Amino acid sequence: MVIKVEHELHKRRLDRNVGVGLLLIGFVVIVLVLTVVKVQGLGDIREMERFDHVARPALEQAAGASEEEGTQ
Amino acid sequence: MTDVTQQTGTYEARMGDYFALMKPRVMQLVVFTALVGLLVAPVPVHPFIGFVGILCIAVGAGASGALNMWWDADIDAVMKRTQSRPIPSGRVQPGEALGIGLALSGFSVILLALATNLLAAGLLAFTIFFYAVIYSMWLKRSTPQNIVIGGAAGAFPPMVGWAVATGGIAPESVLMFALIFMWTPPHFWALALFVKSDYGNADVPMLTETHGRRVTRNHILGYTIALVPVALGIAFTSIGGPVYLAVALLLNGWFLKGAVDIWRRDDADSEADQHAVEKRVFKISLYYLFGHFGALLVEAVLRTNGLGGW
Repeated sequence: MVIKVEHELHKRRLDRNVGVGLLLIGFVVIVLVLTVVKVQGLGDIREMERFDHVARPALEQAAGASEEEGTQ
Repeated sequence: MTDVTQQTGTYEARMGDYFALMKPRVMQLVVFTALVGLLVAPVPVHPFIGFVGILCIAVGAGASGALNMWWDADIDAVMKRTQSRPIPSGRVQPGEALGIGLALSGFSVILLALATNLLAAGLLAFTIFFYAVIYSMWLKRSTPQNIVIGGAAGAFPPMVGWAVATGGIAPESVLMFALIFMWTPPHFWALALFVKSDYGNADVPMLTETHGRRVTRNHILGYTIALVPVALGIAFTSIGGPVYLAVALLLNGWFLKGAVDIWRRDDADSEADQHAVEKRVFKISLYYLFGHFGALLVEAVLRTNGLGGW
């Protein structure tokens, strides 16, 4: 025997589940596009390096050069 | 066989019930004024960042609406105008409203800080705090000046919009704040004059109940007169111009005439035509605000095309 569920409660739950699902998808899309926009807005790629923890020889050399200038 | 509704015990809300918690009609005004604040600012914003900024302001306003509905559920159940709201009608549980309000407040403020700047996020956080705590929890039930001071919560969105674009505060954004701040009392008191019995039944100290309707009529006229220089003053700032000035002169004349009409009437006149003038002035007040901000938007569009301004 097939149990058929036709209660109005299930329609409300479906409505809510679909709503929450769409909101979550929307949130993911917003974060993704926002990230792309922010990164593109940096212009110079070295601006992005500023936020990571990787050694950045170009910046270190530049800092070293300015220190030498200061001691002379 | 047991019914599924009996098993769960409580009504399970639809998505629309949660959306109704966020006071979508108030949100329209918030979105519009915040958008104008953002678009008239002298600093261009990336369209998507602007969109996220406005979305965060709208969600923050909705969150404060949900917190307001959670706190005011007892008086909402008494007043005719608010009886069908999600909590008094039993569609949403008070705890759900509190949870949604707090979660969306945090979400909107943090996302706004990440997407734009800390000042905009701080202003949004303060707006939510002001509406939910200062207005709803404190002023609304304790003083007939509730609308006057509480009106600041509704006045912040254009300042937040401006801060999203510029990262700062300027005389122009403060004047947009002042326009809504000064407009709120006559707008709400016109409403209170034709829904008089409701606030009294709920023990909300609306000016009509504490000081009488004559005093309320005087206050409407007084605040409308004080509103005029603020509205006209914006015309001579960097966001104003001749189009705005023309619209402001027209709307202020119309609103001022309505306020004088309310002031000249007494309760007998008002009862006789079922508060026709009060209802008309309430409607004019809506056109007034949308008209002023619409004119600012027109000035901004004209300026980008080399026209507009002085």
